[in-house]
Amino acid sequence: MSPADTLRFAGRAAFAYPLRTALMVLAMAIGVAAVVVLTALGDGARRYVVGEFASLGANLVIVLPGRNETGGVNAGSFITNTPRDLTLADASALLRAPLVSRIAPLSVGNSEIAVGGRLRETMVLGTTSDYIDVRHLALAEGRFLPQESLGHASAVAVIGGTLRRELFGNEAAVGRMIRVGDTRLRVVGVMAASGQGLGFNTDELVIVPVATAQAMFNTNTLFRIMVEVRGRDALVPAQRQMEDILRSRREGELDVTLITQDAVLGTFDRILGALTLAVAGIAAISLAVAGILVMNVMLVAVTQRTGEIGLLKALGATGGDIRRAFLVEAALLSLAGALAGYGLGQLGAWGIRLAYPVLPAWPPDWAVAAGLGTALFTGLLFGVLPARRAARLDPVQALAKR
Amino acid sequence: MAQIELAGIDRSFTVGDSRVHALSALSLAIEAGEYVAIMGPSGSGKSTLLNLLGLLDRPDAGHYRLEGRDVTTLSADEQAAVRRSRIGFVFQSFHLVPRLSAAENIALPLTLAGIAPPERERRVARALRDFGLEERARHRPDELSGGQRQRVAIARATIMQPALLLADEPTGNLDRHTGEEVTQLLEALNAAGTTLIVVTHDPAMGRRARRQLMMEDGRLKSDSRRQAGPADESHTAPGSAP
Repeated sequence: MSPADTLRFAGRAAFAYPLRTALMVLAMAIGVAAVVVLTALGDGARRYVVGEFASLGANLVIVLPGRNETGGVNAGSFITNTPRDLTLADASALLRAPLVSRIAPLSVGNSEIAVGGRLRETMVLGTTSDYIDVRHLALAEGRFLPQESLGHASAVAVIGGTLRRELFGNEAAVGRMIRVGDTRLRVVGVMAASGQGLGFNTDELVIVPVATAQAMFNTNTLFRIMVEVRGRDALVPAQRQMEDILRSRREGELDVTLITQDAVLGTFDRILGALTLAVAGIAAISLAVAGILVMNVMLVAVTQRTGEIGLLKALGATGGDIRRAFLVEAALLSLAGALAGYGLGQLGAWGIRLAYPVLPAWPPDWAVAAGLGTALFTGLLFGVLPARRAARLDPVQALAKR
Repeated sequence: MAQIELAGIDRSFTVGDSRVHALSALSLAIEAGEYVAIMGPSGSGKSTLLNLLGLLDRPDAGHYRLEGRDVTTLSADEQAAVRRSRIGFVFQSFHLVPRLSAAENIALPLTLAGIAPPERERRVARALRDFGLEERARHRPDELSGGQRQRVAIARATIMQPALLLADEPTGNLDRHTGEEVTQLLEALNAAGTTLIVVTHDPAMGRRARRQLMMEDGRLKSDSRRQAGPADESHTAPGSAP
């Protein structure tokens, strides 16, 4: 029997039992769709997190107070366990490192913002004029914080787009006075909409000079220092220079943590990549279940068509002809299921993207290929046993059955 | 040389814990173009004999020479090739593939033999014409009458122009009138040169054959020829039971 004839014969056989074929295809489709949707979800989460950190910029080092000891307990851990705070003096000292180009100290707090009668809770970020460049943000109106010394607490503010809309509506915002906590500030600029980034939504942020924020919250500590170094290659040496500076300022003890985007990205990438693989594995189990279903369906088909197999043998079909016909039928069912599942999965992923626009829920190519491949492979694998059984039927006994 | 030569054929089955001898020490020769009816009570071994002749079954002992070639020693695939090209089967229950149309059922042996589609179509069209099935070519078996179904089955059995046509109760599921038509069809094929071997319960049909083999308990009880041609004469086959 020629391959084209085998294919046609198997196709006719698959279509001869529409309900059986539809259920079988559905089972396989659910398996493949599960792989596609779950990996889309996992990979979407990975891309979302990676995207959050990537928005930081590649030349960025973040300095935060405290040291995460991973080396276990040593003598030092008993002597000092209270980290010293990060201060503005630390921040300006970092500028002495030759490979550091810009810094943006951050001081963060929650406060009330009021304009006229309108009042709302908001997050206040104290920083410097370089922040906008370090974070690659853009202004919609006016200008950013003025260039001034770190200790200078000028009474100006830059507000996010959402705040501007809620507080001022259609009126001009630049030049107006607002009250943040007990401090009166003049709005000098409005940030362009940028959405989410590292947990800060700049659309709902009030940005003030760092000294103003410290005065507002009555503190002299910093939440973070963002440091931009002179290029991606300078990351490691710059980190060493900064560690030296900070260590010398802290009696030889480095009780701060320096993290780079690369390190954070790498970690999240690995964790979420593994998570995606894990959910793909779980989804693959449903493919194995579908494979067993293929076997069951094909075994039933062999029993159902025993008389036909006997006839084919009487007409001169070899065992190989019959084995191939049943194997191709199983493969066709799996292929139809895999394609239907692929469509269903893409539809599901599209639904997720529609429901959660921030999540880039695209199934990764490897998962789609693996899902389709596994479906075909299991279909064929579990089709072998029924096909062999069909090929081995005794023609006399097969013909006696009808 | 006879077309079919059976020598010392034995075939037994295990039913429960006892051995049943379906055929024992059977020897038989059939010439090309003969019209043979195999008759006998149920369990006499006539179906087993037909299955052996059709290479669907293998004997436990003895030799079967088909057209001078010992086919008992062939592999399963070689036997399939012999069935494909030399032997046609007609069954009591027709054995049509229910999802295929009449034309496609007739084309099955050509498909299995790997004959190219244009040649296939040509031969199927001719068979449909010869068997008066042109109107029913696109119909599926469940849309055909019993007689039409058996005509499709005979068309399928003869599409490869086999030398040997084996029919197992071909009229068993048909009414008398339709059975008569089918019998005439088979006899016409025989008249054209095909060896026809029919297993039947029906004495009337058996009498029509030029040679009758009576089976009993796996042995040939009698082998008689109807007085029709000059070569025909009644005799008892050697080795058959008295």
